[in-house]
Amino acid sequence: MSDEVHDRVVAIIAEQAMVEPETVTPDTTVEDLGLDSLSLVEVVFGIEEAFDISVPFNANDPTSSDFDIGTVGKIVDGVRQLIAEKA
Amino acid sequence: MHRVVVTGLGVVSALGVGREAHFNGLAEGREGIGPISLIDPSRLMIKIAAEARGYVGEDRWDRQQRVLFDRITQFALTATAEAVDQSGIDFASVGERTATIIATAMGGLHTQDENYRLVYEEGKNRVHPFIIPRLMANAPVSQVSMAHGLRGPAWSVATACASSNHAIGQAFQLVRSGAAQAAVTGGTESVLCFGGIKAWEGLRVMSKDGCRPFSKTRNGMVLGEGCAILILERLEDAKARGAEILGEIVGSGATADAADIVAPAVEGAAAAMQIALRDAAMDPSEVGYINAHGTATTLNDKTEAAAIRMALGGRAEDVMVSSTKSMHGHAIGAAGALEAAACLMAMSRGIVPPTIGHEEHDPEIALDVVPNTAREVRVDACLSNAFAFGGLNAVLAFRAWRG
Repeated sequence: MSDEVHDRVVAIIAEQAMVEPETVTPDTTVEDLGLDSLSLVEVVFGIEEAFDISVPFNANDPTSSDFDIGTVGKIVDGVRQLIAEKA
Repeated sequence: MHRVVVTGLGVVSALGVGREAHFNGLAEGREGIGPISLIDPSRLMIKIAAEARGYVGEDRWDRQQRVLFDRITQFALTATAEAVDQSGIDFASVGERTATIIATAMGGLHTQDENYRLVYEEGKNRVHPFIIPRLMANAPVSQVSMAHGLRGPAWSVATACASSNHAIGQAFQLVRSGAAQAAVTGGTESVLCFGGIKAWEGLRVMSKDGCRPFSKTRNGMVLGEGCAILILERLEDAKARGAEILGEIVGSGATADAADIVAPAVEGAAAAMQIALRDAAMDPSEVGYINAHGTATTLNDKTEAAAIRMALGGRAEDVMVSSTKSMHGHAIGAAGALEAAACLMAMSRGIVPPTIGHEEHDPEIALDVVPNTAREVRVDACLSNAFAFGGLNAVLAFRAWRG
């Protein structure tokens, strides 16, 4: 599902990973993109600023955070949910 | 080469004001971490810290002094006065050749934060004339040297979380080599202002619910604040004047990972420990206790455990390793000094401080982390680890003084 939320999240991730947004698919993982923990913190910050939301992300152990960062698709889903919760 | 001993110690920490309060807290396994109360935490995501709540600047310094003393300078002057008093050292005679090497990673952050707030948020166009001499990183060093007439080499040291260990290591080397006759050294820090905590929040490595180093359930660090000051003297001088000796500093080691701006590396940390041991002519089998860097981040504790194994070999399986940050929080540039105090307590009183908050064994650590309860046991030699963001590692080696 492509929409504004999706496009903006992908743009933020692609910029951080230094790849073209077109190459990023919902199944792309953060490992595929070569994003280390510091880059992920920046992605989360970019998303928070873009959507004025607060993302429950702990860089200590990203996999056990409440926010699933497994794939780009899951990140987009999580952002949608946080926007919905804010509304 | 001179042997270098500690003859005075002064402390301000979340465990209390004064070395006895700090020692008692460490021995009791008391948690100095609690809800943030010194500032309004409503806009903070992280609402806990190890605040030095027992410290009230207004009770100690008049208005004219507070105009020039940031919280970190106040801490440093308070701890230095206690250390000098315990030591009994006479700076009227040795002040000319006494070094003042005091760490702070962030400088007078409270002063900086408040004045940015005034000029940006309130739109003020004029600030107090003494902002710069109050916030500069060497303000604690300069005020301490002025208060006690210390005219030897003096500077501040800023290497993030390793600042204190680098400072104490340098002071140790100055006295050992004869470049200074005595030294006032340690570290002082408080980042517990709104902008300071916000900046740390940004890194996403802070725990919202507690500091549990080496426990499988650990989920990040908790900020602390405070100061510890040590008086270093030549052994012969301390003996000649009959001073009480709290312990001996016998080695220091420092390395840089040259790898990552935040992630630690096993090899660099291990090398710093090995260099400290070599410098101290200390065999790993002699090390009874290691005060760990132990920040309670997933990565630090795992990396540190591996580094201890690499540096100490088989001894790593038996040596006691605790992180006192579980009690006094992570005091950043003051951390190593508060932890040197813990080492001096372990050696001089035979009480090894625990790692509190230990909930679940982590097979990736699997060291004797002295969980939750202090241990009464004789300790003859210790290491104290500090590993900074930016990959800067500094380790100190101590020996007990048995007279």
